[in-house]
Amino acid sequence: MLDPDNGLSLTIARIVQRLKGSSLHSQLERQARISLHKPEIKLESLKEDIKDFLKTSGWEKKLQNAVYSELNVFPSPCHPAAPPEHMKEPLAYMRKAQGSWEKRILKSLNSMCTELSIPLAQKRPVSEQKELLNKWNEMGTDEPDLSLFRPVYAPKDFLEVLTNLRNPNYENGEQPSFRSHLGLIQVPLKVKDIPELKEDFSELGLNIGQLGIDDSAQVPPEFFENEHVRVGQKVLAEQDSAAAQQYVRQGCPTALRADLWALILNISNQPEDILYYEQLKSNVIQHDLLVDSLIYKDVKLTASNDDYYFVFEDYLYQVLLCFSRDTSVLEHFTYSSATPPKSYIRGKLGMEEYAVFYPPNGVIPFHGFSMYVAPLCFLYHEPSKLYQMFREMYVRFFFRLHSISSHPSGIVSLCLLFETLLQTHLPQLFYHLREIGAQPLRISFKWMVRAFSGYLATDQLLLLWDRILGYNSLEILAGQQLKYRAFSFSPGSCCVCFPSSQPDGGDITGCSRSCTC
Amino acid sequence: FRIMAGKVKWVTDIEKSVLINNFEKRGWIQVTENEDWNFYWMSVQTIRNVFSVETGYRLSDDQIVNHFPNHYELTRKDLMVKNIKRYRKELEKEGSPLAEKDENGKYIYLDFVPVTFMLPADYNLFVEEFRKNPSSTWIMKPCGKAQGKGIFLINKLSQIKKWSRDSKTSSFVSQSSKEAYVISLYINNPLLIGGKKFDLRLYVLVSTYRPLRCYMYKLGFCRFCTVKYTPSTSELDNMFVHLTNVAIQKHGDDYNHIHGGKWTVSNLRLYLESTRGKEVTNKLFDEIHWIIVQSLKAVAPVMNNDKHCFECYGYDIIIDDKLKPWLIEVNASPSLTSSTANDRILKYNLINDTLNIAVPNGEIPDCKWNKSPPKEVLGNYEVLYDEEMAQSDGPDRDLRSRSGQSTGVKGNRARDSGKPVLTTWK
Repeated sequence: MLDPDNGLSLTIARIVQRLKGSSLHSQLERQARISLHKPEIKLESLKEDIKDFLKTSGWEKKLQNAVYSELNVFPSPCHPAAPPEHMKEPLAYMRKAQGSWEKRILKSLNSMCTELSIPLAQKRPVSEQKELLNKWNEMGTDEPDLSLFRPVYAPKDFLEVLTNLRNPNYENGEQPSFRSHLGLIQVPLKVKDIPELKEDFSELGLNIGQLGIDDSAQVPPEFFENEHVRVGQKVLAEQDSAAAQQYVRQGCPTALRADLWALILNISNQPEDILYYEQLKSNVIQHDLLVDSLIYKDVKLTASNDDYYFVFEDYLYQVLLCFSRDTSVLEHFTYSSATPPKSYIRGKLGMEEYAVFYPPNGVIPFHGFSMYVAPLCFLYHEPSKLYQMFREMYVRFFFRLHSISSHPSGIVSLCLLFETLLQTHLPQLFYHLREIGAQPLRISFKWMVRAFSGYLATDQLLLLWDRILGYNSLEILAGQQLKYRAFSFSPGSCCVCFPSSQPDGGDITGCSRSCTC
Repeated sequence: FRIMAGKVKWVTDIEKSVLINNFEKRGWIQVTENEDWNFYWMSVQTIRNVFSVETGYRLSDDQIVNHFPNHYELTRKDLMVKNIKRYRKELEKEGSPLAEKDENGKYIYLDFVPVTFMLPADYNLFVEEFRKNPSSTWIMKPCGKAQGKGIFLINKLSQIKKWSRDSKTSSFVSQSSKEAYVISLYINNPLLIGGKKFDLRLYVLVSTYRPLRCYMYKLGFCRFCTVKYTPSTSELDNMFVHLTNVAIQKHGDDYNHIHGGKWTVSNLRLYLESTRGKEVTNKLFDEIHWIIVQSLKAVAPVMNNDKHCFECYGYDIIIDDKLKPWLIEVNASPSLTSSTANDRILKYNLINDTLNIAVPNGEIPDCKWNKSPPKEVLGNYEVLYDEEMAQSDGPDRDLRSRSGQSTGVKGNRARDSGKPVLTTWK
């Protein structure tokens, strides 16, 4: 057990280290120096006066937001003596499973590479560079031959791996009883039960106003809305990340959402950020990566065919191609159970000095990956800001949806949470579905992996993502299918929403109507 | 034997399933035009015959048709512009505040049609305007054609030499409508979304012109160009870039049969609210409603307000990058062909809701009815403007509530501010 003081000082030390040398640091220093010219700053009380100045000029708030952001992203250190892999993933069997999964993906990628005789990376000839630069804003009109490429994996492949996960230390031999878990996930992870969920997600209770919930709410919607907008504007004026995060738990008004999300994720699109994005863009122009073709293919298969997102096809290339080359994304591997794949310069296999991460950001896209970016296009139309918002969303949330870990927001826990909720809350439905050979997780898995992007109308998807940001957790995804108000327990207010338009779902909507809960 | 009396007898010369399915689902009976019919969904050629001086015939009280006899006052590009210009001048003459002009002489509230001239008649006036702005681009459209046929862009006077010659010799040559063109200032700063140009197609149902009663279909859509928009002059010839007509886009390389390059108006609203804010978005939509109503008011005095008629128009509107909407044209026969599954559903529902309003209760019509359907049958339509109700609220209501002149639209907007009742799955 770590005593609270130790934990706190470790955290402080880590945050100080991370913020040292950041642009915020130099800006604060600069501001402090500028303030020396001000009459209210007196030599006798220099330190206090500067502190006051930073407070009134809003710079303290910026520092607060940066600290808050660090706290949200990095988990608290477990123990000073714990090895770094414990921050990635404390459970050994999970680490092992993730390692094997990664090996499989890399093997798949390498064999595609060999089959097609395409290098993983190569420099573009100057003429091609020129052409790409001209076409930068309309890469969607390009029609490269992608027929030989296939996605490295699809969500269903990943589900098979998760279904076979077992904890070797856990004896599962006892007779199945009413307590056994009847779903696909058979690992004994701790997930929240309904009373805990009710407490943690208290803002979603029936007695509290919401945006985007049906009008059976007890709070009259119009009254709530006007007041909520007013409060939102105030939160934005204060520029307080923590307040914004609390606020969006009840949903964002459309007009305020873009700014609120940027405030929560602490994205301000400074000149150096724009410069960084431009640098990534020039990397794209100069070098061609194999994963680029995977990205093209994915966009063409998913977003280009989507009623809502086809319009933004070109933006998706501009974001994802840059994302693949962004080495700052490698930072997130310190707290992700995943490890970036390594590749070697041609002819130097196994020689560590010639090892590079591949792709440079360590993230191999899978089928549907581009749908993580698409909804953000409704909010941000400036490429560098769109890019930063996506990158931050990825390193805070989305990475957990396609890696194996025991984290409460990891996909394994979400699956288990979903199955547990369903089994507890709608047992008849659950047993019935199992009976007809339709494990509910098989259908809802791909929705959760995509954070519902492409499966919900955009306005509702954004309301869902409001809550992800608000609670800094993906658990809401498990509950989405049971509607936000499932925690209210009143009969008839919970239902399982399976789209009847889905080929596998056709049977199930029929069933859910005949089952009572 | 079965009693057929009481069932509406329908005819159509447009073989489209969205129409026929709607008639059949109401249990209406198909007949030919030579028999006794109650409802005739006709093409614009047919309406010409029905009401023509030579071949026309009188309609009886239990017969309805889907066009006004002289709809072309609104739906022919040259006549629409002519009527709007006349309307503005009349308002100016009577000193109406609606006709107020700004310091540059532009109408503040009524400048919603791009500068337009008829060719060859106004050739000289056009040249004068062109020379004020020699780098401008203009769009030439034949008056009598649809689906983007015969349209081309010009940016040099030499490209329309032909009409200059015609104008000089026009005094004795009667213009057949085939040769008449309109030339309008091309909007070269359209609002782009995702870098793509688009236009808006909105459906407006008019049940009577005097008093004016019109409804707007809530489910309009945006039509995106499949090719990236560039204002560069080298692309002037590439019609895929400039014209958003689906008929033209369908043949482009990038046309997609799932979404057909179409977006719902609600997507547009969500995007604009999220990126530009609620006030400017509301203002834009209010302006769109405004220009539709003004265009109808402009032609109302010259329309033959035949009681047997109703009409569903397809309004084409372009939004520029300052979020100002421009009326491009009005179609009397909006396409009933479906390019995607979503499209088919939309048009089916459009016809359904239109019939519910135009033929109350689906029963044999009586033209003498007051054309005031109850709210419940409106379906996806909402009242855009009801002159009778507006007048009962006071004569200067027009200006006071210029941004929300209808009794229905603004009120509804507050209520359907995007709160879905059920989770919307795709």
